[in-house]
Amino acid sequence: MTEIDLRRRACIVGAFEHPTRKAPDKTSAQLHAECARGALEDAGLTLSDVDGYFCAVDTPGLGAIDMAEYLGLNPRHMDTTELGGASYLSHVSHSVQAIAANKCDVALITLAGRPRSAGGGIGATGPYISPDTPDLPWERPYGWAPAPMYALAAMRHMHEFGTTSAQLAAVRVAASLHAQYNPNAMLQTPVTVEEVLASPMISDPLHKLDCCVISDGGGALIVARPEIARSLARPVVNVLGAGEAYKGYLRGQVDVSWSAAALSGPRAFAAAGVSPQDIQYASLYDSFTIAVIMQLEDLGFCAKGEGGRFVEEGNLIAGQGRLPFNTDGGGLCNNHPEHRGGITKVIEAVRQLRGEANREVQVPGCTLAVASGLGGMIGGRHATSTLILERE
Amino acid sequence: MTTPYQDRPLPGPMLDTSTTPFFEAAKEGRLMIARCTQCRQPHWYPRPLCPYCLGDTAWETASGRGTVYSYSVARRMGPVPYAMAYVRLEEGVTMLTNIVDADLDTIHIDQPVEVTFKPMEDGWMMPMFRPVEGQTDAA
Repeated sequence: MTEIDLRRRACIVGAFEHPTRKAPDKTSAQLHAECARGALEDAGLTLSDVDGYFCAVDTPGLGAIDMAEYLGLNPRHMDTTELGGASYLSHVSHSVQAIAANKCDVALITLAGRPRSAGGGIGATGPYISPDTPDLPWERPYGWAPAPMYALAAMRHMHEFGTTSAQLAAVRVAASLHAQYNPNAMLQTPVTVEEVLASPMISDPLHKLDCCVISDGGGALIVARPEIARSLARPVVNVLGAGEAYKGYLRGQVDVSWSAAALSGPRAFAAAGVSPQDIQYASLYDSFTIAVIMQLEDLGFCAKGEGGRFVEEGNLIAGQGRLPFNTDGGGLCNNHPEHRGGITKVIEAVRQLRGEANREVQVPGCTLAVASGLGGMIGGRHATSTLILERE
Repeated sequence: MTTPYQDRPLPGPMLDTSTTPFFEAAKEGRLMIARCTQCRQPHWYPRPLCPYCLGDTAWETASGRGTVYSYSVARRMGPVPYAMAYVRLEEGVTMLTNIVDADLDTIHIDQPVEVTFKPMEDGWMMPMFRPVEGQTDAA
């Protein structure tokens, strides 16, 4: 059955990325509240305008209940969809549905956390995995963790398609070239392919610089109905289309050559009525470099197996490539708050569409962007959420 | 470069009504998979209800032979390196596992492997895979 047309039924009117990358002196709840304040200020709205609240498992306490109290919200619509790093993109999509259904007018979405201050290191997953997770008895004893699980996909990608470590490294290089213009980025120094390849091997074939940063912080978004959006001073960013998907072990028919983005991407493009060739900027989930290469293929920006070459040709670099990506420096260099960068993907896409990205990396006349989020592990079970956003 | 396999301490299994038969069999040196009693499909990881049709499943002993589908030597994820892998079993399902008893730098995709069992806490055993000596890769 055809989806109900929800194009332009709601707009992103506020976007805020917390400038902190290390917050030992703040609680997680406080970071959520500071992000909410920042996004409301950005939109030109106040707390009393918010009647919908969307959050995921990174909120302290019992979902929306504790944060609604802490923030002083009086929501008539709540949604605590939990899809790991893809959650916040789905929150945007679900808030569009809720606004179209007149369940709320102004939706607040928050993400925050402080894994850097809490300690952990590469491969930490956050504290949310309950001991009765049914897959764990057959995962945990084998050293299951994000880096090796992404590495299983990277190794197979190299085997099937001839992808190289240098091509993986080129993803990091492009992100670092963008991060040098972001004064809030955790790592602002450009790196070379050689430097990525010389960084310590974490889990073959992923080097340390193939992995994202671990940062404290967060972000928030405000989604509102178009009448409200047009009454505000900020440029209007329409949500044009959205898609979600799950992919895992395929009941034992494991195939790690593609990700759930191969399903969520076409769903989002179909809903939006545009094609990958129309997209001028892409926020791609970059917990590890291999994830970017697979999303490029799975979202249709290049053929399956061509992602490495696409990146190696410089196509991700603002000012020279066909598809500038993660112009804030992404999770690889800028920010990956609470081990899940989903909301930052939307925020940078909004900046690009408003013309408010850092000057050196702003895509001229950017009117159509994609934001792609991924939760879980690309070589194992994961969910993706894809958004197509449009400058009105 | 060589990276010899080293044992690492494995916590005890996560035991409940749907995992205990698997680990009891592993203690006796048998790798179990689950197959649906209705649609006859095998699946991994083993569940009491079939993920194809929600029929009841039954345990069966697998051959323990397979090939490496993908692998990664995790070099900085703990006190000793370990080789994470997906192994495609002859029975047609692919399981997450570790490759052991080998120079971890010689592991490769399509390599023939066979099950072996490594000790966990409290006398429990975990199935892992080692290269089959003298056998060449499947075409």
